[in-house]
Amino acid sequence: MKGNNPRAMAPPAPARDEDISSLLRELVAHLRQNRTDLREEWARRITEAELLTAMSREEVFAEATSVYDNYVEALETGTFEALQAYARNLSERIIPRGVETHEVVGIVLLLRDVLARSLFSKYHEDFDKLNRILDAYEPAANRIAITVAVGFVQERERIIREQQEAIRELSTPVLQVRERLLILPIIGLIDPQRARQLTEQLLRGIRTNRAKVVVIDITGVPVMDSNVANHLVQTVEASRLLGATVIVTGLSPEIAQTLVNIGVDLSKMNTVGDLQGGIEEAERLLGYKVEPLVEASQAGAGT
Amino acid sequence: MEVPILKQGDFLIATIQSALTDSDLLHLRTALVQQVVRLRSKGVIVDVTALDVMDSFATRTVRDLAHMIKLRGAATVIVGIQPEVALSMVQLGLTLEGVATALDLEEGLAYLSRKFRWG
Amino acid sequence: MGQAPSEDGIRLPLDSEADIVAARQKGRLLAAEIGLSASELTVVATVISELARNIVLYAQRGQITVRLMERDGRRGIMVTASDEGPGIPDISRAVQDGYSTSGGLGLGLPGVRRLMDEFAIESVVGRGTTVTVTKWGR
Repeated sequence: MKGNNPRAMAPPAPARDEDISSLLRELVAHLRQNRTDLREEWARRITEAELLTAMSREEVFAEATSVYDNYVEALETGTFEALQAYARNLSERIIPRGVETHEVVGIVLLLRDVLARSLFSKYHEDFDKLNRILDAYEPAANRIAITVAVGFVQERERIIREQQEAIRELSTPVLQVRERLLILPIIGLIDPQRARQLTEQLLRGIRTNRAKVVVIDITGVPVMDSNVANHLVQTVEASRLLGATVIVTGLSPEIAQTLVNIGVDLSKMNTVGDLQGGIEEAERLLGYKVEPLVEASQAGAGT
Repeated sequence: MEVPILKQGDFLIATIQSALTDSDLLHLRTALVQQVVRLRSKGVIVDVTALDVMDSFATRTVRDLAHMIKLRGAATVIVGIQPEVALSMVQLGLTLEGVATALDLEEGLAYLSRKFRWG
Repeated sequence: MGQAPSEDGIRLPLDSEADIVAARQKGRLLAAEIGLSASELTVVATVISELARNIVLYAQRGQITVRLMERDGRRGIMVTASDEGPGIPDISRAVQDGYSTSGGLGLGLPGVRRLMDEFAIESVVGRGTTVTVTKWGR
């Protein structure tokens, strides 16, 4: 349909679905045809806006190429799963380089603008057509922007979770002080995730060090909710299944009460007042303090 | 699948090689009790290192096994429970209460030896 | 024992107790694809074992479906255990913590519910039971 006519004064008739997909096809063809130019234009604007400064120009261009192609493909297929997967993949690569959310959102919006401008210049003589093409383009382009941004943010959150886990792992050392004896000093507040991690580390430690006694010192734990207290009990039980006895030291009256409240029989739990006492008890259990018997006949004989 | 049962002096050692079906486990339980009686063993070690899962049935069968062997005057030690398996068990509330456990075969033998030297 | 792909998952028929081991091993393999730790994989395998055993014990036959899930960038594993058995008369009691399975008697459902991130159960007496549980990874 060409030419301006009186209908331009009335609100434009809504495009039917068929129209939209044929418009999108036309749009995609245009974007593919002008791929080289549009990509360069976009890369230029990225540099101009001082985005992705953590990456070299070659890298920016290479990534820009992938993003462009994925963008056009999303427009073509109308499906966004592939784009979402690509966005997370891309994020996984660029987040360690220090690229931030506003940069990723920024470059996608710039691409949207570059492409929109290109549509303007192609269809500027056919205002009606331009309107219809933009009607088809805009929702898709916005959806793409959101998909990429959300993918980036989700990936970032996943990485942060992993880092937190790694930090937790580092900050709770299981110490071997003597053969067959492990000490696990816990300091600070424990959340269920940290508790789970502690337990796993301890059990692995029991296996690796062939520990027979473990002293878990909770002197440095101010308070414990019933959830975490449950974890402590489970740790003691799981350790026993690996053949190790657990001594809990530094049990405050408050935590003792929490344990009682969740149904723990404290008389069945091996507890000692402080860490030092716990270690001594452990050594006793391991037989370290047993004095060797000296037979009277040997004492007198020379060797 | 038949679990091999070896005799080491006064003790029997049953090493589970791979995942056992329910009937395999029951068969093992019967076989061990029979062997304890026949050979007049004083102790039994069941090595579960190769079990990647111990669910409620396995736990119950092992407890029953230990109980039946105790009735015949012998002791049982379960060895080789993997850390992940131990964790799943306690989280599911499956306990091996009343059954001796040790880290591995070596520890299991040491436990039984001590028990029968001084007990 | 056959298995058929169902969306992003597998279907494991249960006809006898011998199928329980296979079901949990295959389930574990699938769960390994979503980056769960060794402990979490064991939990999933153990839960499958418990659910499968319930089916075999009380309904004689049924099936377990293990499916990969995705939500907000996190991947998860969904296990659906269904049968056309007698059904559970008092569901709320069966899932109540402390009610059963100290030592493994009963259905083990409280334990299963505690271990998984999501738990849902539908049961109609005389028609059957479906238990659906999900565990999320990183």
